[in-house]
Amino acid sequence: MEHDRHDDHASELSDMQLRTRALETILLEKGYIEPAAIDVLIETYEKKIGPRNGAQVVAKAWVDSKFRQWLFEDGTAAIATLGFGGRSGNHLVALENTPAVHNMTVCTLCSCYPWAVLGLPPLWYKSAPYRSRAVADPRGVLKDFGVDLPKDTEIRVWDSTAELRYLVVPMRPAGTEGWSEEKLADLVTRDSMIGTGFPKNPGDAS
Amino acid sequence: MNGAADMGGMHGFGPVVPEKNEPVFHADWEGHSFALNMVTGVANLWNIDAFRFKRESLPPPEYLNLSYYGLWTRTLELMMLEYGVATPEELKTGHAIAPFKKAERAITAAECDNMVRCARPFSREATEPAKFKAGDKVRAKNMHPRHHTRLPRYARGHVGEVVRIVGCHVFPDSHASNRDEDPHWLYTVRFDGRDLWGPDGDPTSTVSVDAWEPYLEKL
Amino acid sequence: MNGVHDMGGIDGFGKVEAEPNEPTFHETWEGRVIAMVRAIGTNGGINLDMQRFSREILPPQVYLTSSYYQKWFLALEQSMIARGMIGADEVEAGHSLHENPPLKRGTFTMKDVERVTTRGSFRREPRLAPAFAVGKRVRTKNINPVTHTRLPRYARGRSGTIERINGCHVFPDTNAREQGENPQWLYTVVFSGHDLWGDDADPTLQVSIEAFEPYLEPV
Repeated sequence: MEHDRHDDHASELSDMQLRTRALETILLEKGYIEPAAIDVLIETYEKKIGPRNGAQVVAKAWVDSKFRQWLFEDGTAAIATLGFGGRSGNHLVALENTPAVHNMTVCTLCSCYPWAVLGLPPLWYKSAPYRSRAVADPRGVLKDFGVDLPKDTEIRVWDSTAELRYLVVPMRPAGTEGWSEEKLADLVTRDSMIGTGFPKNPGDAS
Repeated sequence: MNGAADMGGMHGFGPVVPEKNEPVFHADWEGHSFALNMVTGVANLWNIDAFRFKRESLPPPEYLNLSYYGLWTRTLELMMLEYGVATPEELKTGHAIAPFKKAERAITAAECDNMVRCARPFSREATEPAKFKAGDKVRAKNMHPRHHTRLPRYARGHVGEVVRIVGCHVFPDSHASNRDEDPHWLYTVRFDGRDLWGPDGDPTSTVSVDAWEPYLEKL
Repeated sequence: MNGVHDMGGIDGFGKVEAEPNEPTFHETWEGRVIAMVRAIGTNGGINLDMQRFSREILPPQVYLTSSYYQKWFLALEQSMIARGMIGADEVEAGHSLHENPPLKRGTFTMKDVERVTTRGSFRREPRLAPAFAVGKRVRTKNINPVTHTRLPRYARGRSGTIERINGCHVFPDTNAREQGENPQWLYTVVFSGHDLWGDDADPTLQVSIEAFEPYLEPV
């Protein structure tokens, strides 16, 4: 079955390539889009918008208690002050991880995700295993990520069924007193902002 | 609709397999598929709810067999056909075939750059007061519409607690089918893991969904 | 398990398409598959409930894109490999490469053919009185086992009425896990369309299922 799957993938690749190109050509020829427009969009999401944005939000929340409070009260407004927002970026809600409560986000119906602060979602987030299991067996899913949560920690899973987008604010690692926001941001992993991981510790190799 | 996309609570898909250093796009065409979808959104050819509905209407074998961006391309093809932007022959040949209707104007690169910065909120003015308040116990209706909805099967019929009043938002169930925004109050409703999954459910887990007022009834 | 096989109420599969003058088997191999499943099942100790579960656990994409007998074939192959009856290398090679333990009931011979062509009964002697009487209102439990069950998702957590008591039968949920026959009372439980599908259901619709006692609780 292994080689069949590879062949299928290879043929899907060329098939999809051709079909996507066909669509683009048609839209260009009919004057719906300017040629450079597509490139700008790809460039933006491939290179410019990514989890680094969210890491900055989290790092600021770790050092600035007023910002932190504002972030949990009105995520959209607080995050906008850092220059992040836009499509799929409206109605951002920040979720606070505490020793008692661990938050995890999913979109079981499709792949809704806070693009403005995390960029485009990884394949696993959009996959059937995650979408089907995150709401029913979050601890099992965390095990797939090598994460073991204490037995009595409450797990809150948030299914993004509307135009709210969720950003998990993980707990600040110990041993980071006095660190700059920029240095702290380096510790914040994408997975920790979805809820399937934790931030790096000061000792971890980057 | 109860389509293949409504996956919450399903078994059999295996473990979650994260890919180390996963690129944003696994192939160039994926980036193009993504960008084309964004652009058609800006051009307002159709709305996002109609697009989602079209995607989830794909027959389950097709839905499950396509990759993520494969789904986007496939859905885009169907939307272009349905909305008269392309003919089947044009899709086959990969070119516009004269005579065709030229677009009113072309979306520019500057607009695309701008789009990622500007919010396009789905919130609308409320015309009625909200029926529920934070702390209210509500039941998600046992509804099975054939049309688009954002109430997942696993939540239907279950009792949860309103934890937040989000505001008045465009209602996808209406917006997908007939372009009518029909805004309704939107709430974040939290359900207990054991209510959703039965006595063997994880007692330490809760699941929240964002539910529009028409999905909910007072307990 | 909540697999893709649990299709009750799912949209998107399209029209029912009946084939006129449909043959019993569309290809010869199909007949050979069904025969092998019966033979290996009965002599190899793979009971019917285990067989059903082995099909349910085929990967969802495979389940949905394989024909009926393709599923039987794939599930049989997987079951035999998993139980050490054959090796994956032998499947690849297309012939036997090494010794395997004999079947539990020995070689399947002509003597066994008559035995399997008449389906055995799954009815067993009751040990306790039934918990529910005809006419009683019951609610199906909201169970979500990852293992085999015969309570479909669309009928969980719903209220219905006991219409008939069907005796005591082998309990598939445990039998599929090789945890014993564990016979349970079996009831015909009838639901109104409204109970299952909500306000927009056909008011003339009633649906019944055969529910084992562990699936039910009093209302």
